[in-house]
Amino acid sequence: MSSLYPLVKNETIKMLKKRRFLVIVLILAVLIPVFVYGQLKVAQNYAKQFGTEDWRVATEQQVKDYTNRLSSPRVSEEWKRVMKVEINRLQYALDKNINPRSPNGVTFARDFMKNALILFIPLMVSVIGADIVSSEQSTGTIKLLLTRPVSRWRILLSKLITLILFVSLIILVVGLLSYLISGAVFGYQGWGEPVLVGFQIIGGELSTTTAHAVDQWQFMLMEYGLSWFSCMVVACMSLMVSVLVRSTAAGMGIMMATLIAGTILANMASSWHSAKYLFMINLQTIDFLTGSLPAVPGLTLPFSLTVLTVWALGALAVAFTVFTKRDILN
Amino acid sequence: MKTDIVLSVRGLKKKIRSKWIIKGVSFDLRPGEVFGFLGPNGAGKTTTIRMLVGLISPTEGTIEIGGVSLKSHPNEALNQIGCIVENPELYSYLSGWENLEHFARMLPGVDENRINEVVAIVGMEQRIHDKVRTYSLGMRQRLGIAQALLGRPRLLILDEPTNGLDPQGIKEMREFIRQLASQGLSVFVSSHLLSEIQLMCDRVAIISHGSVIAVGEVQELLQQDESTVIWNVFPREKGEQVLASMEQVLVTREEALRPELAAAGAEAGIVATMSPERIPEANRALQQAGVDIYGVAIKNPTLEDLFLRLTEGERIE
Repeated sequence: MSSLYPLVKNETIKMLKKRRFLVIVLILAVLIPVFVYGQLKVAQNYAKQFGTEDWRVATEQQVKDYTNRLSSPRVSEEWKRVMKVEINRLQYALDKNINPRSPNGVTFARDFMKNALILFIPLMVSVIGADIVSSEQSTGTIKLLLTRPVSRWRILLSKLITLILFVSLIILVVGLLSYLISGAVFGYQGWGEPVLVGFQIIGGELSTTTAHAVDQWQFMLMEYGLSWFSCMVVACMSLMVSVLVRSTAAGMGIMMATLIAGTILANMASSWHSAKYLFMINLQTIDFLTGSLPAVPGLTLPFSLTVLTVWALGALAVAFTVFTKRDILN
Repeated sequence: MKTDIVLSVRGLKKKIRSKWIIKGVSFDLRPGEVFGFLGPNGAGKTTTIRMLVGLISPTEGTIEIGGVSLKSHPNEALNQIGCIVENPELYSYLSGWENLEHFARMLPGVDENRINEVVAIVGMEQRIHDKVRTYSLGMRQRLGIAQALLGRPRLLILDEPTNGLDPQGIKEMREFIRQLASQGLSVFVSSHLLSEIQLMCDRVAIISHGSVIAVGEVQELLQQDESTVIWNVFPREKGEQVLASMEQVLVTREEALRPELAAAGAEAGIVATMSPERIPEANRALQQAGVDIYGVAIKNPTLEDLFLRLTEGERIE
C-alpha cells in the first residue's frame, strides 16, 4: 500500500487496454511516411530548380535571393528583419562549410520534431492527458477508485506518473519512427554532422558571437529534451483540465482550442507583448537552438522555460487541490 | 479501539450550495446484521452513502467504522468497507478478472487466491475472463459485489442492489445478502422498495427529506402500528355507529381512506384501526345491534403502511 508501483501499474494497464496509445502510434506510422514523401519531393524540386545537387551553390543562391528581396520597397520592415537573420545564418553556414539542409534520416527526425512540436505532438499529449481523470468521472469508475483505502493524492500522482511515462514514450516513438522511416529513403547516416547552435538574438539582430557547431546527435538530445519538457507542460495542463472537466470530449476540446489559439496568437503577439506570459506561446523552445526569431520580441530560452515551469506547477497545484478536496456527486 | 458497533453515524449533515441536503442522520450497525436504509427517491440515501464511503465530506457529524474515524483515518476506516455506490460501474474495456486484479492492487494483502475465492462466492467462474462490456446487468452487479468483497471487509455497503434486476435476480440477490450476513458480515442496504427491505433486513432506518425519522427492528416498528380491520356489514351506517362507539377503535372516514386500501377492495367495508384481539368483542356488539356481518378481514401492517404514515404519504419531492 505504501508503494506507488501497483497504482502506476493499474493506470498503465488501463491506458494500454483503452488503445489510446496504440492509436497515436498508428497515426504516427501513417503520417510520417507522408511527410517523408513530401520531403523527398521538396528535395527533388530543389535540385531541379537550381539544376545542381551542390548545396553551396543552392545556399549561395538562397542568400542572393534574400538579399534581392531585402532591397525591394514592397517588403515590410518586419519581414526584412527576419530575412536578415536568415541571411546571417546561411552565410555563417557557408563560411563554416556546413550544409544547412543536408537531408538524411537524422535531419528528418530533427526537422519533424521541430515542426510537430508546433501543434501535432501537443495535441497527441492532450488526447491521452485530457482522458486520464475525466474518463473515470464520466464512466463512474471514480467512485470505486476513491473508495479504496488509498489517499486521493496518491491516485492522482500515479496518474501523473503514468502520463509522464506515456508522454516520454510518445516523444521516443516520434524520434524512432521518423528516423527509421525517413532513413529508409534518405539514409541512416548523419549523426556526426555539425549543427550550429548558440545563436543569440540581440535587438532583433542575429548575433553569431556565441554560435558554435555541435554534433547532430548532441543537437538531437537537446531538441528532444526541450520537446519533452514542452510536452510535460502540456501534459500537466491536460491533467488539470481532466480533473476540472467531467466530459472527456469537452476536456480535449478545451486543450485543442488552447493549443490552436497559441499558434494563432504567435502571429499576433509581435505587437501584444504581454502575450509572452501565456504558456502556449512559449512551447517552441527548440527555435532558440537554431536561432530563428521568436514569436514575441524579448523571448529567451530561460524566460520560456521559467514561464512553462510556472504554468505546469500552477496546473498541478490546482489539479491536486481540487482532486483531493472535491465531493464526488455525479 | 475495536468496538462491537461496526458503523456508527452521529448527527451527519451535509450542505450543498447553501441548501441542507442531509439534515441529521444517526444510526448504528451491529456485526452480522442486514441494515435497511429506506427512503423515497431524493430523500438523501445516496448522498448519505457517499459520505459513508468518503466520496463526499460531511459538513457536520461523525462517521466511525469499527471505531475508526473516517475523517481522521480515512484509509484505516475504508479498509474495512466494501461498497457499490449506485450502479456497479467497472472498466468495460477490461475483463472481469482484470477489474478484480485492478482493485486487488489497491488493497493490502489481497492475492490471486482471494480473487479466485470471491469469483467463486459470486459464482462467476465461467465468464470471468470475458470483457465486462459483454456482461448483463445482473453479472455486473455480481462482479461489483465480488469487487466489494475482495478486501475481506467487515461492512458491505450496497446502494439499491436490486435495481434493474429481474425477479429471479432480485430473489438471488436477497438470498446472497442473507447468506453473507449469516457469515458475520454486516450489510448496509439502501432501497426505495419497502417490500425488499422488509424481506431482507433485520433493522431499518427510514429517511425522509434528509432526516432519519425512525430506526429500529423491522418487527418492532411494525408492532407499533396498529392493525387495520375491514368489516363488511349490513346495514353499513349502523355498523359504523356501533364500531365508532367502542373504545380504542378508530373508524376511518371514506374520504380519508388511503389509496392502497381502497385498491384492496375496502370501499365496500368499514375500515377500523383496532387491535385484532378485540374483533370478537366488536362482533358481539354488532350482532346485538342487529347488524349482519358478511366478512371480517385483518390487514397486517406492512413497512409500507408505516412508511406512508411516517412520511404522510410523501412521494418524490
